Amino acid sequence: MKIHEYQAKEILRKYNVPVPVGYVAFTVEEAVQAAKKLPTEIAVVKAQIHAGGRGKGGGVKIAKNVQQVEQLARQMLGMTLVTHQTGAEGKTVHKLLIEQGIDIERELYLGMVLDRASSRFVMMASTEGGVEIEKVAAETPEKILKEWVDPRVGLQAFQARKLAFGLGLEGKQVANAVKFMLALHEAFMANDCSLAEINPLVVTKQGEVLALDAKINFDDSALYRHPNLRELRDLDEEQPLEVEASKYNLNYIKLDGNVGCMVNGAGLAMSTMDIIKLSGGDPANFLDVGGSANVDTVRNGFKIILSDPNVKAILINIFGGIVRCDRVAQGVIEAVKSIDVNVPLVIRLEGTNAKEAAVMLRESDMDFTVASTLKDAAEKVVKVLKN
Amino acid sequence: MSILLTEDTRALVQGITGSEGSFHTRQMIEYNTNVVAGVTPGKGGLKFDDKIPVFNTVAEAVQATHANASVIFVPPPFAADAIMEAADAGLGLIICITEGIPAMDMVKVYEYISDKDTHLIGPNCPGVISPGIGKMGIMPGFIHKQGHVGVISRSGTLTYEAVGQLTGRGIGQSTCIGIGGDPVIGTRFIDALKLFKEDEDTHAVVMIGEIGGTAEEEAAAWIKDNFDKPVISFIAGQTAPPGRRMGHAGAIISGGKGTAAEKMKILEAAGIHVCKSPADIGIMVEKALG
Repeated sequence: MKIHEYQAKEILRKYNVPVPVGYVAFTVEEAVQAAKKLPTEIAVVKAQIHAGGRGKGGGVKIAKNVQQVEQLARQMLGMTLVTHQTGAEGKTVHKLLIEQGIDIERELYLGMVLDRASSRFVMMASTEGGVEIEKVAAETPEKILKEWVDPRVGLQAFQARKLAFGLGLEGKQVANAVKFMLALHEAFMANDCSLAEINPLVVTKQGEVLALDAKINFDDSALYRHPNLRELRDLDEEQPLEVEASKYNLNYIKLDGNVGCMVNGAGLAMSTMDIIKLSGGDPANFLDVGGSANVDTVRNGFKIILSDPNVKAILINIFGGIVRCDRVAQGVIEAVKSIDVNVPLVIRLEGTNAKEAAVMLRESDMDFTVASTLKDAAEKVVKVLKN
Repeated sequence: MSILLTEDTRALVQGITGSEGSFHTRQMIEYNTNVVAGVTPGKGGLKFDDKIPVFNTVAEAVQATHANASVIFVPPPFAADAIMEAADAGLGLIICITEGIPAMDMVKVYEYISDKDTHLIGPNCPGVISPGIGKMGIMPGFIHKQGHVGVISRSGTLTYEAVGQLTGRGIGQSTCIGIGGDPVIGTRFIDALKLFKEDEDTHAVVMIGEIGGTAEEEAAAWIKDNFDKPVISFIAGQTAPPGRRMGHAGAIISGGKGTAAEKMKILEAAGIHVCKSPADIGIMVEKALG
């Protein structure tokens, strides 16, 4: 789960990770009030959306005084911000973070993430602050310093010192950076984060070390033990159909094509998208109906897929293991009775009780095409589109 | 023959009295798996379906029944603990079906079992089946056929699809292993390949990967230097958008890394037969076996 910068900074503050003084504002008036509370006359106005590259897109502006904060807030609230991560349609700005100005001496990078290769968390630091870390990793990997966290003892001070000295910090900067890193590690572990990125991490002219920007993601599987974090979810930032699907416990991701797919299992769902593409079609979505595809899941799946106006045909691909194909067939037959499936339907049911399912489908008065293999299914759905 | 799950396997089921655990235990028994015990804390002394003894702890179950392998159907908040309990009791094979275990718990588990003599399969996997011998997991037994092709996969139903294609062509399997769709898993492609390398009855291996991480790339490098049997591979997610988690917790392209195209290229360069289409897995294996 993703959260906003201002929410990430509130969490960091709780764990004594130094962040600039700042307040979130939902209206122009709140922005002005926030600016008045800052310790500096200069303020930074930052659009709060779940996407990177906000600065380049015009979502981060410096105001010399309260009047300018007011002007900027008026411009930015409600505007559509387009960055390389939002897609061409951009995202609407609903809230701003108003922060104090900082005397920056150096901009660095600090991140923490799961390193899948070693199955450990790793803290990464780099002198290349303010640049996308993926770019640094690709072009100058030697500029990324890494310290792996031993799960038995957590991040140790000597590891933080290695990173701090490696970044070329000196004097009291080192002590401040070490404190920062240990506190960040604590915040990360305590909240089951999957990613924490401080980019840039800044060193001020006064030798302080603080998080100028902050990005935190949480491990979805661990949210059950953090009910308070669950509340930080911002539905405005998510695709409306995906939000709707999540209410039905369906795993749905919207894509740009016109062939809707309903599949059981994530790997098979991805493969179904792949084979549609290989057959000359374009998948409209990823939809995993999971291990219990019954009437309700099938009906809800249809509802979600058909809410996408681009969908011109639907492919149902179920490999019955635990889920019995006759149950799925029953689900499809009943679902089609209760909702208007107004696009051609291709169904492929394989595995447990596939034969019984085929008979049921044939005997129903539904209008659809039956496919036998995966390839046959993809070719048939592409063909019905062309007719 | 087979790897991991063999004629010598004596299986116990952790979470045997739960709805998932009981359903699949019956399926496993129906497939002639040698299930010798169940464990549910607080239900020790019961008999599951009047025949399988249930114990409070894994250690007790092992002592009483000489179980040497466990399959875990325990809800996510308790699953990491269940894995460690099985490892502590000295089981050589631990298969965790549970989906949704927090990554932080699995990092600790990974560390905990690192010095123990055990193979952890999963979590978030369909389990292991050695056709004709037994199954520990949730896969439908009847689609399998005893034979000489090993299958290793990060997926569930996609594995069934691949197995269905093999069996449909009369090609049997030695052992099929679902290694799981999570970012932190016990046994990885290379670990499973090492076991298949030593198994004389496995003549070829199907390796089913997906987007996210670099496990396929690491396997490709290892195969190139160490593995002489034909490997046929498919990578799911050629059409997956970057930055999105495609169902499995581990199926995500991050920072341009872990794409299907990149993995396919590296696998091909290592001499692996890469299927572009998931429909071609069966025919590719047939060709590779000659």
